[in-house]
Amino acid sequence: MNPRRKKRLTIIAAIFIGLGFVVGLVLYALSQNIDLFYTPTEIHHGKKDSGIKAIEGQRIRIGGLVVPNSVHRDSDSLKVSFKLADMSMPISFNDNDLMVTVTYDGILPDLFREGQGIVANGVLVKDDSTSGFFIDASEVLAKHDENYMPKELVDSAKEKPSY
Amino acid sequence: MWKWLHPYANPEVTYHFTGKLMPWFSALAAIFLSIGLVWALAFAPADYQQGESFRIFYLHVPAAMFSMSIYFAMAVAAFCSLVWQFKLSDAAASSMAPVGATFTAIALITGAAWGKPMWGTWWIWDARLTSELILLFLYLGVMALHNAFEDKNLAGKAAGILTLVGVINLPIIKYSVEWWNTLHQGATVSKLGKPSMTAEMFWPFLMTFLGFAFLISIIICLRFRTEILSRNSMRPWVKELLLVPTSPVSSNTAEEK
Repeated sequence: MNPRRKKRLTIIAAIFIGLGFVVGLVLYALSQNIDLFYTPTEIHHGKKDSGIKAIEGQRIRIGGLVVPNSVHRDSDSLKVSFKLADMSMPISFNDNDLMVTVTYDGILPDLFREGQGIVANGVLVKDDSTSGFFIDASEVLAKHDENYMPKELVDSAKEKPSY
Repeated sequence: MWKWLHPYANPEVTYHFTGKLMPWFSALAAIFLSIGLVWALAFAPADYQQGESFRIFYLHVPAAMFSMSIYFAMAVAAFCSLVWQFKLSDAAASSMAPVGATFTAIALITGAAWGKPMWGTWWIWDARLTSELILLFLYLGVMALHNAFEDKNLAGKAAGILTLVGVINLPIIKYSVEWWNTLHQGATVSKLGKPSMTAEMFWPFLMTFLGFAFLISIIICLRFRTEILSRNSMRPWVKELLLVPTSPVSSNTAEEK
């Protein structure tokens, strides 16, 4: 390689490494803000790396799986409340899981069901008497996972819960 | 080691070589796209949760994957053009940018159309969606720079630097769903190991994927050849090529060619 090409290569490599470093630092500094949501465990114990906790009254997003048998619909309004637990693969629920209750007044997305991933946007409320957390949600979005399956396969696997 | 590549640094050789490749690409694209799209849109089984709307997967995922791979190809071309100053790789980079921008836009629009019924929103500022939008802006910036200067070499240099800076965005797009909590789901097919879908859903995807790959090759070849001609329009071989039918019309024959 002749010296001029070598020089150009060095300049480009230097620009690239420098920029990569800068972007890496920026993303690291912003990492709390880039996360779209808190998981229920992070609301209880703070973020995994930084330990940052959401403050009571703060508007946050929470993401988790709808706990089966926790969905309560109000009979004469659209009000609904349900519990969220951390997402884990394979999907399983445990009574000891840390949970957060979400209350919402509005139309739920089509994909909403028990065991489904949900991202809710709302205000964090803490109930001091039970030391439980509530989210008063203004928006509920369904999160779809990366698994796609034909209906027949799911029907035939219904008997065995772990497919 | 690179000796076999040397003839292709000559615009004339490359022009005729890509001309020979194009019929093959066209045939393969027609085969794969017709089989793949019919299979994907009519015969592949519907998803158990999303029903029929999951079929947009067959358009969205290839478009998103190619939006990134075209950018990478463009960056390699820009890198070669900056370091070795190949005139041709500059032409290649500038012919790829609009194609990549189109596929990025397709990925964003089909994603929004899927997001509304499935998630409940057209758009959310999560890491995956935002970084893909930045990719679109990078493409638009590269296209703007290619056209901003009268001098093609200067334009290529400026656009090339922006292209290389933007490469940092590619791993961010790819790993955004793993590094951060996002509403967008993780990778179904573009990962090591088994795809997270059944074989009868995966095969049509592979067909449409290959179909789009060849379709993109055709479009890029077409643009590349036009770019070669317009950049070498003063060369004898181009004049000879375009004026061969011994008629005084020159611009019309160029387009028919």
